[in-house]
Amino acid sequence: MSLSSRQVINSALLVFLAALPFLTDWVGDSFYTGLVARILILAIAALSLNLLIGYGGMVSFGHAAYIGVGAYVVGIGAFHAFEDGIDWMLNGYVQLVAAILGSAVIALIIGAISLRTRGVYFIMITMAFSQMLYFTAVGVETYGADDGLSIYSRSDMLGLIDLNDEKSLYYLIYVSLLVVLYLMHRLVGSAFGNVIRGSKSNEARMRAIGFSPYKYRLTAFVIAGAIAGYAGFLMANLNDFVSPDVMHWTRSGDLIIMILLGGMASLFGPLYGALAFLMLEELLSSIPLTVGGLRVGEYWQLLFGPLLILVVLYARNGVDSFLPGARKGS
Amino acid sequence: MTTPDLLIVENLVKRYDGLLATDDLSLTVRQGELHAIIGPNGAGKTTLIKQLTGEIRSDAGRVIFAGQNLKRVSEPGRSHIGLARSFQITSLFQNFTVLENVCLAVQAHSGHSFRFWKKINNDTNLTEPALTILQHMGLEQRAHTVTSSLSHGEQRQLEIAVALATKPKLLLLDEPMAGMSKEDSETLIEHLLELKNRYTILLIEHDMDAVFSLADRISVLVYGRAIATGTPDEIRNNEDVRQAYLGEEA
Repeated sequence: MSLSSRQVINSALLVFLAALPFLTDWVGDSFYTGLVARILILAIAALSLNLLIGYGGMVSFGHAAYIGVGAYVVGIGAFHAFEDGIDWMLNGYVQLVAAILGSAVIALIIGAISLRTRGVYFIMITMAFSQMLYFTAVGVETYGADDGLSIYSRSDMLGLIDLNDEKSLYYLIYVSLLVVLYLMHRLVGSAFGNVIRGSKSNEARMRAIGFSPYKYRLTAFVIAGAIAGYAGFLMANLNDFVSPDVMHWTRSGDLIIMILLGGMASLFGPLYGALAFLMLEELLSSIPLTVGGLRVGEYWQLLFGPLLILVVLYARNGVDSFLPGARKGS
Repeated sequence: MTTPDLLIVENLVKRYDGLLATDDLSLTVRQGELHAIIGPNGAGKTTLIKQLTGEIRSDAGRVIFAGQNLKRVSEPGRSHIGLARSFQITSLFQNFTVLENVCLAVQAHSGHSFRFWKKINNDTNLTEPALTILQHMGLEQRAHTVTSSLSHGEQRQLEIAVALATKPKLLLLDEPMAGMSKEDSETLIEHLLELKNRYTILLIEHDMDAVFSLADRISVLVYGRAIATGTPDEIRNNEDVRQAYLGEEA
């Protein structure tokens, strides 16, 4: 079997990511393992959102809400285990199932209503729902309101894997990314994926040939929500902290920017996008230059904005368009 | 002679802001015939197609297809009981290949698509029937071409191929020759002559040569009403039709 040069680049990236914790050990700076772990979690969420946006044409502007649901499940579980001694709430498997089911159910409700609208209305209604969840979290004093909730003990995986060990957690995240990549690959190429892509391409024709796109779209919406919920589960464990901020609409916007940066039409696009987004944030905000007494790094978004405009104008498929064998269109 | 009626349209009405697009229209399409509908621009031809496929709701009247009242049947549902349409303005999956366009239509009629794992590409259950249809329409050479890079004439042929892939009992063709060159039209007429033997067809068309050479019966639509129905000869010699429509061109 011969690999295309694009596959070689993708595989090289995955190998590099697998070796990363050992590379940072060698350099003696584990900061980067944490940063990349964060990137990979966001990549998982962006991958799930890309099923909706890139393949399905459903521009959901509230995807961070499901990350929040997953993260709060871990936070709330740890809170009750710590405060009230309810040990089973710290059980990682209980938390995992609750995070995935919880975000799936909420995606089902939000999707069932939102998918009756199109275009700008869909964008606005998904954003409105996510803001409702955001303000709910801000309002609940028990769980720290807008100060958030510190997580004093990570999910207890009953000895199968120790999430307190940073390397173990990193590899759980890494393997999760591989699984989600493969899942997306199968999904997009399946009969179901065909319907999702067809509904983006030409909904009128889909109906004319006998498809009712709604139920397929709703299913995609729930799958994407559940995966984002899982990303939230990982995120809470990595940060030892959860706050309403993870659900803020600007976080949903970040995910969309990652997809734009990486390339909507490709499987790996969101991973490249998440890498580009957070690396640029890291890089631009550490520019040591000072202009008129202001440190340029603090205003990194001023530099990031124009860059994003350039990508949208000249590289429609983001990072993906620079890789060999880039496809035109989707 | 009692050929059963496959499609019965009774007193159909569609109103747009006071304008009667379909005005108490009644007509029938017999099993096996090619029934053409002609009429000047704005006569309500495409509106009628949309009412038949369920894309828009009728204000009154009823449509009976293969003995079934379509009132409560959705647009996708109508596709499943054997109604297929082609579009006046080409409406394809432009970023899909020609084969994928037809496969998707075959897929729509091969059970539900809640199948998340198995690869759909190269699934012979889809590609075999799809390739047969492409052969019939003379598009098999273009099977792996992305649709957006087809010529206009080829896209019009694909329009029909996609409709055929749904295994229809009745084909609703909405101006299949729209915007076609003379040569392309002639090729398409040949295809339609062949399809006519296998399908019941309701054809809307402006090209009079095509209509008079293809149709078994013709209905003339003016302001949403059928002012006459008959064989091509009867229509040619109908005084009302000459006045309302043909007279302008002859």
